[in-house]
Amino acid sequence: MRHIISILIENEAGALSRVAGLFSARGYNIESLTVAPTEDPSLSRMTLVTRGTDDIIEQITKQLNKLIDIVKLIDLAETTHVERELMLVKVKTCKESREEIKRLADIFRGKIIDVTNNSYVIEMTGPSDKLDAFVAALDENNIIETVRSGPTGLSRGEKGLHL
Amino acid sequence: MELSGGQIVVQCLKDEGVEYLFGYPGGAVLHLYDAIFHQEEVKHILVRHEQAATHAADAYARATGKPGVVLVTSGPGATNAVTGIATAYMDSIPMIVISGQVPTAVIGSDAFQEVDMVGITRPCVKHNFLVKDVNDIAETMKKAFYVATTGRPGPVVIDIPKDITDPNILVPYKYPKKIKMRSYSPATKGHPRQIKKAIDLLLNAKRPVIYSGGGVVLGEASEELRELTRSLNFPITQTLMGLGAYPASDKQFIGMLGMHGTYESNLTMHESDVILAIGVRFDDRVTGKLAEFCPHATIIHIDIDPASISKTVKVDVPIVGDVKIVLKQMLELLKEQKKKPSKNALEAWWSRIDQWRSINCLEFDRDSELIKPQAVIEQLHEVTKGDAFITSDVGQHQMFAAQFYPFDKPRRWINSGGLGTMGFGLPAAIGVKLAHPEADVACVTGEASIQMCIQELSTALQYNTAIKIINLNNRYMGMVRQWQEFSYESRYSQSYMDTIPDFVKLAEAYGHVGIRVEKPEDVKPALEKAFAMKDRTVFLDILTDRTENVYPMIESGKGHQEMTLRVAPGTPINRELA
Ligand SMILES: Cc1cc2nc3c(=O)[nH]c(=O)nc-3n(C[C@H](O)[C@H](O)[C@H](O)COP(=O)(O)OP(=O)(O)OC[C@H]3O[C@@H](n4cnc5c(N)ncnc54)[C@H](O)[C@@H]3O)c2cc1C
Ligand SMILES: Cc1ncc(C[n+]2csc(CCOP(=O)(O)OP(=O)(O)O)c2C)c(N)n1
Ligand SMILES: [Mg+2]
Repeated sequence: MRHIISILIENEAGALSRVAGLFSARGYNIESLTVAPTEDPSLSRMTLVTRGTDDIIEQITKQLNKLIDIVKLIDLAETTHVERELMLVKVKTCKESREEIKRLADIFRGKIIDVTNNSYVIEMTGPSDKLDAFVAALDENNIIETVRSGPTGLSRGEKGLHL
Repeated sequence: MELSGGQIVVQCLKDEGVEYLFGYPGGAVLHLYDAIFHQEEVKHILVRHEQAATHAADAYARATGKPGVVLVTSGPGATNAVTGIATAYMDSIPMIVISGQVPTAVIGSDAFQEVDMVGITRPCVKHNFLVKDVNDIAETMKKAFYVATTGRPGPVVIDIPKDITDPNILVPYKYPKKIKMRSYSPATKGHPRQIKKAIDLLLNAKRPVIYSGGGVVLGEASEELRELTRSLNFPITQTLMGLGAYPASDKQFIGMLGMHGTYESNLTMHESDVILAIGVRFDDRVTGKLAEFCPHATIIHIDIDPASISKTVKVDVPIVGDVKIVLKQMLELLKEQKKKPSKNALEAWWSRIDQWRSINCLEFDRDSELIKPQAVIEQLHEVTKGDAFITSDVGQHQMFAAQFYPFDKPRRWINSGGLGTMGFGLPAAIGVKLAHPEADVACVTGEASIQMCIQELSTALQYNTAIKIINLNNRYMGMVRQWQEFSYESRYSQSYMDTIPDFVKLAEAYGHVGIRVEKPEDVKPALEKAFAMKDRTVFLDILTDRTENVYPMIESGKGHQEMTLRVAPGTPINRELA
């Protein structure tokens, strides 16, 4: 099953490599990993998407908790949560396709944030499967490049992950 | 007080009460060595190879419970220390390794003797630090000692660039009395509800067993373990790392379990209905084939590290906490209970165990004309009155020592279990002897292992650490040869050396006493002679039976019930048990 592990970690040099190193050393897979400082600059928040059986996920969370730099973590898959991923897609456009692509982006609530004579950059956020669906709806030959942030998420309700 | 970075490091060690610093100098730590030169409180032990510094410090920690401390230079000094760091890590030994680093300004430029020590050691330390400001040294040192010695212990590396120890930069020094880390708070007490569950299970068990290990030694909980085991009258088995925590000479002790454990221990585990696992990590050398591990048992597991629990074997009642505290909680609750374990059930259980015991699975050929390694260890036990500190290397000799030297006290049996590092034994013996100068310290080794850190004979002379080296010389990498005999139709590929040094001359060249022993009747007198020389290191080169194997053995991929035994001496058979 897919799990989204949300981590509060000391914002220190090398903290990221401790997490990444743990996954490669123990043979766990990482589907995506995002990290940035929080409103408290001494802390970073990391969101990590992984897959595995319940036993493996249990070991992953225990091993992560053992890392001295990690302050707290939760497995969002265990709670009701919201998740969002950001994607930027650069597509080729020509006279004939411009309208069509714009309409498609609108349907998916994407925004066009850069325009040239023969390209658009479309910004889109949403759950990962929505972004997948948008990419699938585009003509593959028109995609110049895509970049995705990997999912981030928060649990629903008033509780949160903080000190 | 204003001090330089180098002085601060040394002052921190004093404030931590560090007695010995095991190390080796080099460019990146010259400022530090100059600070060491100006004081006498922290005694520096100059080894001959950095690996030995880590093993000696590690063994000092194993023998005392206090953290071992190491100082090495950058680059090759640091990489030489890695094997010893990994050794300590696998066995959860508290250790501080200070490594020099190139100056901060050139880090990352492939400077002379630069390696990314923090990166290299990341997977084999509990934590590591790179100090980038002289003002951070004291706090970092405090954190390092705190992290290394609390919770599940482990090695911590502090990498210090040369400019941070510059003698010309002085800053105020104050060693923090206490440290709190928001991201680190090791468990202490066990959850009362879990403890209640465990007690209920134990009191209702019909075929219980206690499986205890290194965690009891690390957590200083021998007394509590003894009290609990005796009050329940349960059989107890211990891992290689747990030996000594419960006295081996007690009748409730049924021997080590696992690959080279006793028949009675492995069958008791296999047939048990309730297992109380204490400070163990269900290592594959213990469990054998996981699918067949203890099929009838409900398992209670006490461990300070949640990640040890249900890692390889799913347990039913996890108790996260410090073993000493949890065992105390259990003892208290047990005293309040009216119910006692069923006497009849236990009697029946003990009589089955005694039957298994009666086959005498460790027996060996006592009439041989060759020196049997087992006999040497038995005589070592006799001569030292069972009260020595025994370090070992890795191989058959290690297993013979574990099987034939009954340890009655914790911290007496000092060996590398998790990593299985050949070369550990000799530097370890030096570390132990420094910690306990009055005690008998012996290193049980093999002719292959001893050559991996043989240069430390020189260190032993310099510091006058009078240790006894018991070289069970079988002219083979015996453990490798045994596996090749069992699994590769005796094709002894590279498991012997065509040339072996004359160890007697070698010992003499290093300034010690060397004695060769070739006949069974000469073993005991030689041991007596060696231990009588209180102030000398003695190298006993004992030529043992080359073909001897370690039994019982659970071959890889097999379960506890499928041990290979020596029935008539020398003839192994496979005995399937109902
Ligand atoms: C050649 C060779 C053969 C071997 N054969 C065998 C064999 O036959 N049998 C055998 O048993 N081993 C054998 N070993 C050793 C084996 O590889 C393991 O090292 C050993 O079994 C692990 O012991 P342990 O389970 O006690 O765990 P340790 O490695 O000692 O770990 C200690 C456990 O206790 C926990 N702990 C630490 N401190 C505390 C505390 N304060 N409170 C609570 N918990 C704590 C830790 O979290 C950890 O889970 C062999 C090794 C070699 C090299
Ligand atoms: C550093 C290292 N290299 C290789 C091994 C693999 N190994 C385990 S036991 C052994 C042979 C040890 O031979 P010896 O020291 O003579 O002991 P014996 O088994 O003969 O008693 C080897 C090579 C190891 N454990 N450690
Ligand atoms: Mg040998």
